[in-house]
Amino acid sequence: MKMEKMTYREALKQGIREALLNDERVFLMGEDVGHYGGAFAVSKGLLQEFGADRIMDVPLSESGFVGAGVGAALAGMKPIVEVMTVNFSLLAMDQIINNAATLLHMSGGQLNVPLVIRMGCGIGRQLAAQHSHSWEPYFASVPGLIVLSVGTHEDARGMLLSALKSPDPVILFEYTFMLNMDKEVAPDAGAVDITKAKVRRDGKDITLITYGNGVYKSLEAAEELSSQGIEVEVIDLRVLRPLDEETLLASVAKTHRALVVEDAWRSGGMAAEVFSRIIEKGFFELDAPLQRLCGQEVPIPYPRHLEEASVPQPQDIVDTIRKMIGL
Amino acid sequence: MEKRIKERKVLTGEQERHLLYQMKLIRRFEEKSAEQYTKEKIRGFLHLYIGEEAVAVGVTQALSAEDYVLSTYREHGHALARNMDPGSIMAEMYGKQEGCSKGRGGSMHLFDATFNFYGGNAIVAGHLPMAVGMALASKKQQKKNITCCFFGEGAAAEGEFHEAMNLAALWQVPALFICENNLYAMGTALKYTHAMQYIEKKGVGYGIDSSAVDGMDLIAVSKAANDAVKYIKTNNKPYFLVCNTYRFRPHSMFDAELYRDKKEVEEWKKKDPIPRYQQDLINKKRLSKKQIDEMDKHIEAEINKAVTLAEEGTWEPVEDLTKFVYSGQ
Repeated sequence: MKMEKMTYREALKQGIREALLNDERVFLMGEDVGHYGGAFAVSKGLLQEFGADRIMDVPLSESGFVGAGVGAALAGMKPIVEVMTVNFSLLAMDQIINNAATLLHMSGGQLNVPLVIRMGCGIGRQLAAQHSHSWEPYFASVPGLIVLSVGTHEDARGMLLSALKSPDPVILFEYTFMLNMDKEVAPDAGAVDITKAKVRRDGKDITLITYGNGVYKSLEAAEELSSQGIEVEVIDLRVLRPLDEETLLASVAKTHRALVVEDAWRSGGMAAEVFSRIIEKGFFELDAPLQRLCGQEVPIPYPRHLEEASVPQPQDIVDTIRKMIGL
Repeated sequence: MEKRIKERKVLTGEQERHLLYQMKLIRRFEEKSAEQYTKEKIRGFLHLYIGEEAVAVGVTQALSAEDYVLSTYREHGHALARNMDPGSIMAEMYGKQEGCSKGRGGSMHLFDATFNFYGGNAIVAGHLPMAVGMALASKKQQKKNITCCFFGEGAAAEGEFHEAMNLAALWQVPALFICENNLYAMGTALKYTHAMQYIEKKGVGYGIDSSAVDGMDLIAVSKAANDAVKYIKTNNKPYFLVCNTYRFRPHSMFDAELYRDKKEVEEWKKKDPIPRYQQDLINKKRLSKKQIDEMDKHIEAEINKAVTLAEEGTWEPVEDLTKFVYSGQ
C-alpha cells in the first residue's frame, strides 16, 4: 500500500473531516475554528465545506463553550470541542471535572457524556511560561475521563475517530510542536485502538515508555542507540487514562529495564504512575532501578536554549540509556 | 392577572388544586427532610426549599414533559414539581440504591432522565453552560422542547452565568433562565455581592429579554412563566425571568443564621405563598374545607410512603463502589 506523506496538521484535519462526514451529530466548536481557519490552521476550509452550524466559532469563554459541549452531548449530539491550548483549559476545569467526568456517576449511571475535547499542548515554540504547559498528568488523574495523547501522525489521523466512538468524555492532547512535521501515513489510516499502549519499536535491551512529544524523540534516540548495538523497545502510552499496564509489564518482563521520558514536570508526572504500576506488579522482573527523564521543574522560559534545556532531548535519552545499560 | 389566566383557560379548578397540592407537598417533604436530618437518616448538605415553593411550581406548570430541566443543590422542590416520585427522592437522600440517582448523589444530586430532570448541580452556576448546550442540541435537532434552568442570585455573580447568557443570546437557543433571587448567597446579602441588584438587568445587557416577578405569588409566577415559554417558542430566543423570593429556613442545616434579622424572616413569612394561594382558591370557591383536609391527608400519606421506601431501601454492595465511572460498568 502506498504511503502518503502529510503533516501532523493535515492528518488532524483529515480526521476531523472524516468525523464530520461520518455522523451528522458531530460538530466542531471552538475559538477561531471557523472564519480564522483554526488557531493552528487545522480546521482551515472546514467552515466553507460544512457550514456554520457544524463549524462553530465561539467567544473567548472556555467554561461556557466547554459546558455547552457537555450539555449538547447530554442531549444527543457528538460535539468536538476545541480548547485552543491546554493552557486555557484551566478556565474550563469546572466543566471538565465537575460535570463531564462526574455526571455519569452522580446520576447513578443515567447520564453519559459523549464529548471529545481537543487541546493543543506542549512545548517547543518559544511561547514562554503561560503557553507551554504539559498537563496531561493532571487530567490523567481524574476518574471518568479518557485521556489520549496524539504522539504520531498515524494517531493524528485516526485517534479522533476512535474518541468519537466513546460513550464517555475524552480529552485528546495534540502537540503543536509537530504540526508542520511531515511523515508517511497509510492512505487507509483510520480509527486506532484506544485501549492499548502501542509498541512503536521492538527491542530487547531496555523499555522506553513515553507519549506525546516524547515519541519521535525517543525513536530518534533509539535509532542512534541501535547503531551502538543497544536495542530499545519504545512504547507510546497513547492512552494516559486508563493506563494499559499489560503492555508495559510484558515489555519489562522482556527487557528488565525501563526508562520513562516525558515533557511534563517530574513531580506527580505520568512517570510516577507508570513506575508505581511496574513496581507493584513487575518488581522482580527489574535488573536495574527505574529511571525517568521529565520536564525540569520550572515555568518554561522564553529563550530557545533554556526552553530546550527544560525538557528531555534525544541526546539526553541516549546518554541516560547508555548509563543504565552500563556503558 | 388572575383574570387573564382564566381567560386563557390555562387552569381548571382541578389544575389549581393540583398546584396547591404540589406546593404543600414540597413544604411537607422539606419539613420531613429536616426531621430525618436531625435523626441522622440524611447526612451531608441539606438545603431546604421552604418559602420558595411558588417558584418551582409556577414555573414547572408552564413546561411540557419533553422540556429539559436543570437545577441547583436546592432542588427538591423542582424535582417534586416535575412529578418525580417523592420516595425515590427520599431514598436518594438516605443514600439507598432505590434513590433516583441510585444513592450516589444525595440531596444535592437528584437526577431522573425519565422526567428530563438533569440535576441536582452543586457548583454554583456550573450548570448554566450545560443548559445552553442542551438547548443548542434541541435547536440543531429541530426539536420543539425548551431547556429550563433554575439558579440563585448568587450564580449571577459567577463568570459562568455571564458566559452562558452571552452564548444563549449569540446562538438564540430556546432556554428559559430562572433566577430564584432569595436575597442571600449562602449567608451574604445581595447588597454585599451585586453592584447591580436588579438581576434582570443583567439579561438585558446580553440582549436577552428579561423581567422580574413576585416569586411569593403563585399566580404571578405562573403567568410570567407561561408568557416566557410562549415568548421562547414564538421568537426562538432565550428568556430570563427573575423570581424574587425568600427562603424561610437557613441556607443549610449547618447554618446558624447570624447574618439576618429574625424580624426580616417574620416579615417574609407573611408573604408565604401557600396560605396566600389557598385563601385565594377558597375565596374563588375553588376549594372547600373538606378538600383541604383530604389534600393534607393525602400529602401526609405520600410523605409517609416516601419515608417507608427510604427506610426499607437497600444499600448498594461495597463491591460495586467503582461502578458508574465509565459507561457499561
